[in-house]
Amino acid sequence: MATLELDVAEEAVSQPARKGRRLGILFWAAIGWMIFVFAVAVFAPVLPLPSPTDMDMLDRRAPFSAEHWLGTDGLGRDELSRLVYGARISLVVGLCAPIIGLTLGGALGMLAGYFRGRFESMVVGSMDVLLAFPPLILALAVTAYLGQSIFNLTLILGLLGVPAFMRVARAATLTLARREFVIAAQALGATHARILLRELLPNVILPLFAFFLLGVAVTIVVEGSLSFLGLGVPPPISSWGSMIGEGRESLDVAPRLAFMPAAAMFLTVLAFNLVGDTLRALTDPRQGAL
Amino acid sequence: MTGNSLLSVEDVTVNLPTPRGNLRAVDHVDLTVGAGRTLGVVGESGCGKTMLSRAILQLLPKKAKLSGRVMFDGQDLLKLSPEKLRQLRGRSLAVVFQDPMTSLNPVLTIGTQLIETLQEHLELDDAAATRRSVELLAAVGIPAPEQRLAQYPHQLSGGMRQRVAIAIALSCEPKLLIADEPTTALDVTIQAQILDLLAREQRRRHMAMIIITHDLGVVAGRTDEVAVMYAGRVVERAPTPDLFKKMRMPYTEALLAALPRLDAAPHTPLPAISGRPPDPTRPLRGCSFSPRCRYALARCQAEKPALEAAETSAHTFACFHPIETRADANA
Amino acid sequence: MAFFVARRLLYLVPVLIAVSLLTFSIASLLPGDLAYTILGDQATPENVAALRADMGLDQPIWWRYLSWLGGVLQGDFGRSFRTGQTVLQAVGERLPVSIELMLLAQLGALGIGVPLAIICAARSGGPFDRFMTGTAFGMLSVPTFLSAILLIYFFAVELRWLPATGYVPFGEDPAANLRFMVLPALTLALAEWPSIMRVLRSDMIATLQEDYISLAKAKGLKASRILFVHALKPSSLTLVTITGINIGRLIGGAVIVETVFALPGIGRLLIGAILTRDLIILQGVVLLVGAGFVIMNFIVDLLYAVLDPRIRHGHA
Repeated sequence: MATLELDVAEEAVSQPARKGRRLGILFWAAIGWMIFVFAVAVFAPVLPLPSPTDMDMLDRRAPFSAEHWLGTDGLGRDELSRLVYGARISLVVGLCAPIIGLTLGGALGMLAGYFRGRFESMVVGSMDVLLAFPPLILALAVTAYLGQSIFNLTLILGLLGVPAFMRVARAATLTLARREFVIAAQALGATHARILLRELLPNVILPLFAFFLLGVAVTIVVEGSLSFLGLGVPPPISSWGSMIGEGRESLDVAPRLAFMPAAAMFLTVLAFNLVGDTLRALTDPRQGAL
Repeated sequence: MTGNSLLSVEDVTVNLPTPRGNLRAVDHVDLTVGAGRTLGVVGESGCGKTMLSRAILQLLPKKAKLSGRVMFDGQDLLKLSPEKLRQLRGRSLAVVFQDPMTSLNPVLTIGTQLIETLQEHLELDDAAATRRSVELLAAVGIPAPEQRLAQYPHQLSGGMRQRVAIAIALSCEPKLLIADEPTTALDVTIQAQILDLLAREQRRRHMAMIIITHDLGVVAGRTDEVAVMYAGRVVERAPTPDLFKKMRMPYTEALLAALPRLDAAPHTPLPAISGRPPDPTRPLRGCSFSPRCRYALARCQAEKPALEAAETSAHTFACFHPIETRADANA
Repeated sequence: MAFFVARRLLYLVPVLIAVSLLTFSIASLLPGDLAYTILGDQATPENVAALRADMGLDQPIWWRYLSWLGGVLQGDFGRSFRTGQTVLQAVGERLPVSIELMLLAQLGALGIGVPLAIICAARSGGPFDRFMTGTAFGMLSVPTFLSAILLIYFFAVELRWLPATGYVPFGEDPAANLRFMVLPALTLALAEWPSIMRVLRSDMIATLQEDYISLAKAKGLKASRILFVHALKPSSLTLVTITGINIGRLIGGAVIVETVFALPGIGRLLIGAILTRDLIILQGVVLLVGAGFVIMNFIVDLLYAVLDPRIRHGHA
């Protein structure tokens, strides 16, 4: 019906445009925050900060001061320094794990979507089994056996992300593989490798990258949860999650010890979600068509 | 406008803001329908006929801007409170939409969708409403009506669904039924049956009816009056027999010529109307049909013709160069 | 309908077998010797060898899997070598707590998310809709343990309205039980409502564009009936999907919430088993949670058929 079509088209056209304009400031603020956290984490060793592990039992839970800008924690360690070093852990795990997921999942998904057939059903089937477990439970169980270390943690969280990346890559490949430019390349006698790498990859990588940013947000949360439970990064390394976990003990006397890493974590996760979601909306083929 | 008309649409204009600019979907339209009378509104898709029906029903998209007056049964629908309007809709003003595949709710049974209308407007208990529903389904020619009540729309064929939609529309004995392209989405074999059903029920219940269609063949013989719409405007309006005897507007002629004819020799190409309707967001200064009209002269591009009366005051048209001959008298 | 259920049931079997295989592999294929772990400091080569023989660890791997699976199928999930409790006893004791928590949480999340979604969809684009959509997006970035800490801080530490930790069985004192359950359930609900609201809102907005909604309006139905019956029912499929997807997160969230609020549920059993290296309990709980999750998803699939007559009658 003419009216309804008009209505929908209008809605769909005006919505992203308006969103784009309004999210503009937020989007760039999020990018700014991501760069800031990243820079601070990278340059932590050269910043004029006290050691994050030096304890001062005489100066526990000290308030803000010139010496300790954000005070000290329950063991007299400098809170600002711990926040900065915590950012390193959260970012290392948060970035590396989705890279594993992106690489493995992306490759599997593209191959499955391109070659189809039995290979595809095998890949999809085995991913379904991985998805049959609540992710946090699987992460907990595997760390329990493998032992706590940053490497193990990153590896597990990375593998847990594979099914999701696989789905995104496969879906994108499935639609793209039927497009004219792929068929044209096939007709010209291009090899599978060439089609996959030169024709499909550049197109699949965009939605995958948007999904990667969302994956970073999720990974930071899961790493935080595990560390909060004391089952993530082993002490004395601090991550935001373990700092919040330690701050929980002193909620009544010094709630800031939990709230400051909480705020840092929230802002970082929000920033990745915001940027990821905006990019996803931009690269979504359904909206891109309009 | 005439005092005894059931519906009178007076100077109605509908503007739709779109990303490409303002879209004037309906452009200063005047229409009247007397009680128990039938009006056909004919035009190509996009000519604004559906928007006009939505304007009468007050079901326009939120962003649409409506000006003018819609008088129905002595009340100005534009000034009615939402609650009064709600009581009117379905009760004395009913509608049948184009596509019965989408106009019935897929997750509610036929019975629910019929009974909820009955109980909303008439004070019927469950048993009475059910009984009435069965009668209605039988009246619109649905076999085994008792069993249909428990069925879902997807279990019925397209024609059957449209019969259900008609039963829903008829359920509260409305004074006016608007049928918006009621047969366009149906198989050709079913179309005539549905149209005849509508005509029969219209006569039996003495209700007024507006049939909106792109097909002049649909309104011929089934309506008292026809209004031809083009680019949001009524370009010709006449009692049905007059229109087919003496059409004045070249667009009407072109519409009629575009109908496939049974008596034509095999493989005769259909004389389709060349060109496309004008972009409704870029209104023309002159007659909107002039770019496609074979009679168009310089004046047609410079000025907009107003609706003026032909031999009888009931027949009006908007054209500087009307057809004078008895074109296509055998239609 | 029967055919639909049968087909789904048939699919359930290989998935459950795969779940058991994966659980078993985690416990058996990963590096580390169970006997050493159990014996800890007292591990002498003789002790280890004796325990290995006792637990069948010297058998080939496939044999161990089959005998373990055989035991599981007869309801024998093993016995904790710390407390002597069987896995089933330990799980049985704690399951009611977790189920109560998740039911309350899901109710809370639906109670917040569904009305907000309906209001936002009915007034889409308006100030309230924009505000709530933004809030929901922000809430998606708040991890469960963060909202737990915030809720404890405000309601237990500052206002002292509700206890921060503890548990009383429902059977003993329902009122006290609920007092202990409010904050944990609210924590989980806060994590779940944004996804419910976002998905249902966009689905409702799409549904409200449908012809049958126009017809419902043209029939003169009341706005409440149009929203709740004509629009919400077709959209409830999405609601079931999202609720189903959330179950996995909910189980993970329950582990955190039970730990923070000291609720004796499955999640704490799991964390306890990890911390005390009680690997038999760990293996059993992981298997049961995995199987439970699979079965929950199966039930969600069935709910689909109940809600959508088109699926029920075999129209895809």
